[in-house]
Amino acid sequence: MTFMQKPKVSHSKLPRNELGLSIRDYEGSMSTLCAGCGHDSVTAALIQAIWELSIEPHLIVKMSGIGCSSKTPAYFVEGAHGINAVHGRMPSIATGANAANRNLYYIGISGDGDSLSIGLGQFAHALRRNVNMLYLIENNGVYGLTKGQFSASADVGSKAKKGAVNNQPPIDPILLALTLGAGFVGRGFSGDKDQLVPLIKAGILHNGFALLDVLSPCVTFNDHEDSTKSYAHTRRFDRPAVRTDFVPRKTPIQTVCEGGEAIPVELHDGSTIVLRKVSKDYNPVNRDEAYRYVQEHQKGGEIVTGLLYINEDQQEFHALNDTVSGALRDLPYAELCPGSAILEEIQHLYR
Amino acid sequence: MLAPPLRERLLKPTDVSHPDHFHRVVDCQWACPAHTDVPEYIRLIAQGRFTDAYLLNRESNVFPGILGRVCDRPCEPACRRGRVDEKPVAICRLKRVTADLKGEIAHRLPPVPTQKNGKRIACIGAGCASLTVANDLLPLGYAITIFEKQHEPGGLMRTNIPAFRLPTEVLSEEIHLITERGVELLLNTPITSMKALLERGFDAVFVGSGAPRGKNLEIPGRYSDPMHVHIGIDWLESVAFGHITAIGRKVLIIGAGNTAMDCCRTSLRLGATDVKVMARKPLTLLKASDWEMEEAMEESIEIIPCHAPRDFVLADNRIQGMNFDIVEYHEQDGKLRSSTLDSSFFPADDIILAIGQENAFPWIERDIGLEFDQQDVPRVDRGTMQSTRAGVFFGGDAAFGPENIIWAVEHGHQAAISIHKYCRGEDISVRPPIAMNLTSTKMGIHEWSYSNSFDTSMRRKVPHVSLTERFKDIKIEVEMGFTPEQTRVEVERCLNCDIQTVFFASKCIECDACIDVCPTACLTLAVNGEEDDLRGRLKAPANNHKQLLFVSEPLTQTGRVMVKDEDQCVHCGLCAERCPTAAWDMQKSLVKIPYAFDGQSGPGSESRQSGR
Ligand SMILES: Cc1cc2nc3c(=O)[nH]c(=O)nc-3n(C[C@H](O)[C@H](O)[C@H](O)COP(=O)(O)OP(=O)(O)OC[C@H]3O[C@@H](n4cnc5c(N)ncnc54)[C@H](O)[C@@H]3O)c2cc1C
Ligand SMILES: Cc1ncc(C[n+]2csc(CCOP(=O)(O)OP(=O)(O)O)c2C)c(N)n1
Ligand code: SF4
Ligand code: SF4
Ligand code: SF4
Ligand SMILES: [Mg+2]
Repeated sequence: MTFMQKPKVSHSKLPRNELGLSIRDYEGSMSTLCAGCGHDSVTAALIQAIWELSIEPHLIVKMSGIGCSSKTPAYFVEGAHGINAVHGRMPSIATGANAANRNLYYIGISGDGDSLSIGLGQFAHALRRNVNMLYLIENNGVYGLTKGQFSASADVGSKAKKGAVNNQPPIDPILLALTLGAGFVGRGFSGDKDQLVPLIKAGILHNGFALLDVLSPCVTFNDHEDSTKSYAHTRRFDRPAVRTDFVPRKTPIQTVCEGGEAIPVELHDGSTIVLRKVSKDYNPVNRDEAYRYVQEHQKGGEIVTGLLYINEDQQEFHALNDTVSGALRDLPYAELCPGSAILEEIQHLYR
Repeated sequence: MLAPPLRERLLKPTDVSHPDHFHRVVDCQWACPAHTDVPEYIRLIAQGRFTDAYLLNRESNVFPGILGRVCDRPCEPACRRGRVDEKPVAICRLKRVTADLKGEIAHRLPPVPTQKNGKRIACIGAGCASLTVANDLLPLGYAITIFEKQHEPGGLMRTNIPAFRLPTEVLSEEIHLITERGVELLLNTPITSMKALLERGFDAVFVGSGAPRGKNLEIPGRYSDPMHVHIGIDWLESVAFGHITAIGRKVLIIGAGNTAMDCCRTSLRLGATDVKVMARKPLTLLKASDWEMEEAMEESIEIIPCHAPRDFVLADNRIQGMNFDIVEYHEQDGKLRSSTLDSSFFPADDIILAIGQENAFPWIERDIGLEFDQQDVPRVDRGTMQSTRAGVFFGGDAAFGPENIIWAVEHGHQAAISIHKYCRGEDISVRPPIAMNLTSTKMGIHEWSYSNSFDTSMRRKVPHVSLTERFKDIKIEVEMGFTPEQTRVEVERCLNCDIQTVFFASKCIECDACIDVCPTACLTLAVNGEEDDLRGRLKAPANNHKQLLFVSEPLTQTGRVMVKDEDQCVHCGLCAERCPTAAWDMQKSLVKIPYAFDGQSGPGSESRQSGR
């Protein structure tokens, strides 16, 4: 853990975003994670993406469970709202918060242990409800915070630092999310920000539950030679299937689409993501094909990355449940709490 | 695979073993002609080790008390802090702190042997250049004779730099540290013939006679009232020696260099009430240093730009004032051209010409193998300081025209090295190399042997004697020096640029930690390219081409390179702190400077002088 503070100075010519803020205005406190942890790079990618999107800090809600990964919200956008939930329970908190105020940007950060071990049920249901949020799993194959036990994403045959071999099959959050009907499924790598930053931007703006599984090596407990979640291993087997370009609102997309088979997908706010196949036989807008492709490559130990499936037409949580249009806090008190007479009436309906 | 021609244009891995690489990162030290180890002396001040800080300064710049007041300070515009948040560290003012607070030092100077080495050196002029030569050669056992035409040593430092900027005691103290250690100082002894001097059997001669001739202005009326038209440097000298004690009420200073600034402020102290500095050029192009102009303006002196002198106006052979052309400047084919718009009269009782100096050597015969160029300036080699006559060396203003004290000192060091080699029959063109030492500052996990935080306060401003007090006596020093509280803040503004980021490519696992944590976005992992292309792809704008890019060997996992733009690194050490594999280390660089050295003794200390 680093005790030194990051000096307040920044590069004198740092660019500013539409709000006049520099990227350093989107930082959080100094990380207490191990030096070299992939999670810190994900933090940096989040900061970059949010700064580029020019989101006002107070419109962001950062949520997490427990784990090294779940400490991430402390390290970005100091001015945002945030909550650290009980282990594996962030999805419920996110659902509740989103139900109360649909006008904010929800960013949930979790770990493979937090989401795929203890929190699997919560994770599945938030996804199924299509809660409008970015759900980012910092996936390192271990419980980093509790000193490196295998998590539910550990691959068969992967060795722990002291030599123990994992024999249980992994849960792949990508395949799981495709099965459960997610409308936005992507995978990235903490060591490849060029790919990760546009994925995060698209995920934040996607209307509904956006799952991002980010391989994020644990330098301390899972970066050794026989690990399948190390920096070196991930780099060796990383197989990008699609390239994602993010085109902000009001920017012409023609030039970005030039040449090759580009698939533009317009997001809710008017910006566009342009998907370009890296692999010819990949189709990021067909759930079945995406599933088959990822699974097939997985058999060969390959890690398929990119925006693997997107569907902007699915109804998110509020639409599905026909809720009121604004945030609850904006409702006049009499409407929000119509009094005991109305309650009586409603209860009567169920008698 | 890249096509071969493209591959050739990729940036090569930076050779950090060359001593210049890390030296250049220490911007202040690199910019100082004498390469004073600024960050180290600032740290010594921070630790309260004022005497050590003074001696460290003295080793390279010889006159810390003097230079801590009047140095031209090329280090400050170069200071990294100025790039990061506008105002550089007050390096020069901190140097003065070391002189003001030092303790006893005489016993810590390199000893001068009583047993001489049998070689006799003549120095002409007792200015800072000659004094430096003496300082460097005394510990090696040379017998030094200085010939000085004035009745006191010090050169322009005594005759031209006014006492309200440089008190006489400070000047004398530092001169005595040299002259009273066995120099034969012959005052009131002008050299009138080089030929004759050369016949006196000295083993080498050093010419440190300065650039003593003030430039004249040959326009109508120049000689009609000689009592009231003065040549700046001669006038300042007369003031310094007490020959002139008064001046008229209205004074015009012609020229706007540093001499002009001293003339105008001196006039105010001799009774003038209305002083104007008349500049030919626009304000942004004036030669005087910013701080000298600021100080003049603080004393209500008006600086009037774009006025070119046309003629002196007289009545009954008495100066009335001067006519000026009002000019305008525009750029044409990259050159500045002027056109006259109008003219204007300014009244004056006295006029001082401060338009420059030149060197003049009426006493050097032209048939002794000592060549002069078309401008009548001696041909001197910039590396060895030797003239075209073996054994005759030049330095200071005498060598290449007027510069400043710190350049004169550096010339003196180089000349001393040459003289020593010459006297030993060695090839003087083979220069002793500058060397570089690197030592890790890592003490343990999260422990570093330097203070890696810095004070984000703005630059401290030196207090001045009030405007009501300072004119009471010409000897009242205007600057009072930093208060202890100001010193405490100012030393912590230094970024410790000599604590270097050293990279070990084979250790890097490309985790991005250093890149993400760097507060000033200096680092990028990038696919290699040509310099311009690469600069365009770095994390923060890298448009300052004067600052180096560091490029690593290709990295093992992806073949990319680690690139560091040195421009705005604040040496916080966070990259090294956050690197999981210690691929970055913070190492203290020590630039080892060569001085004259005979294998045992020399003016430089044991740990810092190259060759030891
Ligand atoms: C008004 C003014 C203000 C300045 N202010 C600053 C300043 O603030 N900071 C700064 O860094 N620089 C300043 N300078 C420049 C600086 O003073 C000179 O660059 C520096 O003094 C040069 O040192 P030197 O040893 O080469 O020569 P000098 O200091 O000129 O010394 C030469 C000596 O040689 C003697 N001499 C000359 N001819 C003979 C001879 N034939 N025989 C015997 N002796 C002889 C002279 O009497 C003199 O003592 C200023 C200059 C002027 C004119
Ligand atoms: C209810 C509960 N059970 C167990 C724990 C202990 N615990 C803390 S973190 C953690 C695993 C975290 O793993 P992961 O989410 O992968 O995060 P990482 O540290 O690897 O980033 C566990 C089991 C806990 N805090 N609470
Ligand atoms: S233990 Fe692993 S996951 Fe936790 S901070 Fe350290 S490197 Fe990151
Ligand atoms: S020392 Fe390292 S982290 Fe700090 S500014 Fe320099 S490169 Fe950046
Ligand atoms: S922190 Fe160290 S290992 Fe990581 S990228 Fe930087 S130098 Fe390489
Ligand atoms: Mg984990």
